[in-house]
Amino acid sequence: MTVLLELKSVSRQFGGLNAVNDVSFQVSQGEILGLIGPNGAGKTTLINLITGVHPATSGRILFDGQDITKMRAHQIARKGLARTFQVVQPFPKMTVLENVATGALFAGGATGLKDAFAQARQHLEFTGLGDSVDKLASTLTLAKRKRLELAKGLAMRPRLLMLDEVNAGLNSMEIDDALRMIRTIAERGVTIIIIEHLMKVMLSTAQRIVALHYGQMIADGVPDAVLRNPRVIEAYLGSKYAAAHSGSSA
Amino acid sequence: MKRDWVILVCGAAAIGALGWSGDNYFIRLLTILCMYATLAQSWNFIGGFAGYPSFATAAFFGLGAYTSGVLQNQGLPILMCWGLAGLCAAVFAVLIGGAILHLRGHYFAIATLIIAEMLREIVNTTPNLTGGGMGLNLPILRISVDVQSRVFLLAMLVLAVVTTAAAILLQRSRLGFGLRCIQQNESAASILGVNAYQYKTAAFGMSAVFVGMAGAIYASWVNYIEPPDVFDILIAVKPLVMVLLGGIGTIFGPIIGAMVLLALEELVWRNFLTVHAAALGVIIILLVLFLPNGLFSLLKDLSAKRAKQ
Ligand SMILES: Nc1ncnc2c1ncn2[C@@H]1O[C@H](COP(=O)(O)OP(=O)(O)O)[C@@H](O)[C@H]1O
Ligand SMILES: [Mg+2]
Repeated sequence: MTVLLELKSVSRQFGGLNAVNDVSFQVSQGEILGLIGPNGAGKTTLINLITGVHPATSGRILFDGQDITKMRAHQIARKGLARTFQVVQPFPKMTVLENVATGALFAGGATGLKDAFAQARQHLEFTGLGDSVDKLASTLTLAKRKRLELAKGLAMRPRLLMLDEVNAGLNSMEIDDALRMIRTIAERGVTIIIIEHLMKVMLSTAQRIVALHYGQMIADGVPDAVLRNPRVIEAYLGSKYAAAHSGSSA
Repeated sequence: MKRDWVILVCGAAAIGALGWSGDNYFIRLLTILCMYATLAQSWNFIGGFAGYPSFATAAFFGLGAYTSGVLQNQGLPILMCWGLAGLCAAVFAVLIGGAILHLRGHYFAIATLIIAEMLREIVNTTPNLTGGGMGLNLPILRISVDVQSRVFLLAMLVLAVVTTAAAILLQRSRLGFGLRCIQQNESAASILGVNAYQYKTAAFGMSAVFVGMAGAIYASWVNYIEPPDVFDILIAVKPLVMVLLGGIGTIFGPIIGAMVLLALEELVWRNFLTVHAAALGVIIILLVLFLPNGLFSLLKDLSAKRAKQ
């Protein structure tokens, strides 16, 4: 399988804090990669590095064989890397439709505003927001704002889509909907990196999992193996739990 | 959008007709109105659409006035001088913008405050070219006073119309759309593929070009310019007040604001010249605190309430 994204010894410091520390892994074309780790492990920071929100302190990031480490966020976006924000970031004074049209217009190859709106409508239908197109983004419920993030990402026609806790705060029915959407997106050939705390979500979507802890990569493998990895269990649940449950699946 | 064009054409025709038949005092008022509308509309490009509050208006105005004044004294045709003044202001804005547009919010505002002072110093230190602190006389037009006043009204009116047309086009363009995104959340805009730096620079350039031309027309109109006049800090503050009065980020808000401010100036402040600046300050504070969306929003709220009853 061809490699789509490659991280080579990527690090990022904030002051004296190693938020991401010497992380290396690859993501293949068409893969769904899960990224796990306790709060503060560096998952969001890693996505920020890949998408150019922050520059990496050291290391290299390659997308489709091209070095994107030093590129600016908008250039990276136009290469086909889309992400959702853990803390949703809609344009509050724009309608839902306009929000999504932005992605289509500036990164999704829409030929003009009209085309962008038409494309945005399709993505909103797909994400189940078809009835909210004319609402102001700031008036949506959290569940809908999460879906709006997803629709914005899709409108960019990404080759790689990074989902940062799109299911956090949703009820189980909403989560099932979201999972169905994510699988459909993957079936269309979009490579996905998904960050999620809920193991149920991880196990039912990710083909491979990378685990971070204090900025370092502590595991990389198929879900079952990673979730049984003692270092992962310890990182997640503390050493007491790890000792009591060593061997059993998390 | 169609409605915007209709309003623009009707408004311009009304001002033109009023001016043609009015006396010289009234024509002077309308000329100032058109100038104010141009300044406010221009400020709205960077301060309203992009959300970068700029105090560079005075710098662009003075730069345009001096560029045109100096060139006219070299014997260049007046229309060409006005055009070059706009070009010069725009190029200057793009260059300066490259240096300061990475600053956000108040930091950007403070940086723009310094630009006019810088230019003022340059003028003061180049008396051979600009007349320095003594000011600069411009060539006198050999036409009657009555015709002159109408010519300058027409020039300012055309400029205000062109600036407003630019605003209408901007609102429905890719650039305008990107600027609105930047205004609301710049980093989210970048992640969606908006080249924020390029767009902000374009908006800053747009906020300069018509102001530079307004300065040039003003210089020809009053025939004599000096640094304290054309680099006056009030030229930077008034557009902001006008846009806040009329409604930020809207098409006709800046023009409404220009009308309101001019009316206030003529009715009230002519008699209280010394409190002029203080009064502007008070208005700004009141607006920011109580009416962040302009007088228009107040009217809208009221009519909405009435509709409910
Ligand atoms: N912009 C920032 N400035 C300073 N510290 C940051 C910044 N972003 C993240 N951090 C720190 O980096 C660490 C990793 O955070 P984050 O990537 O958000 O973790 P996760 O997404 O895995 O919960 C945390 O200690 C966080 O406080
Ligand atoms: Mg996070």
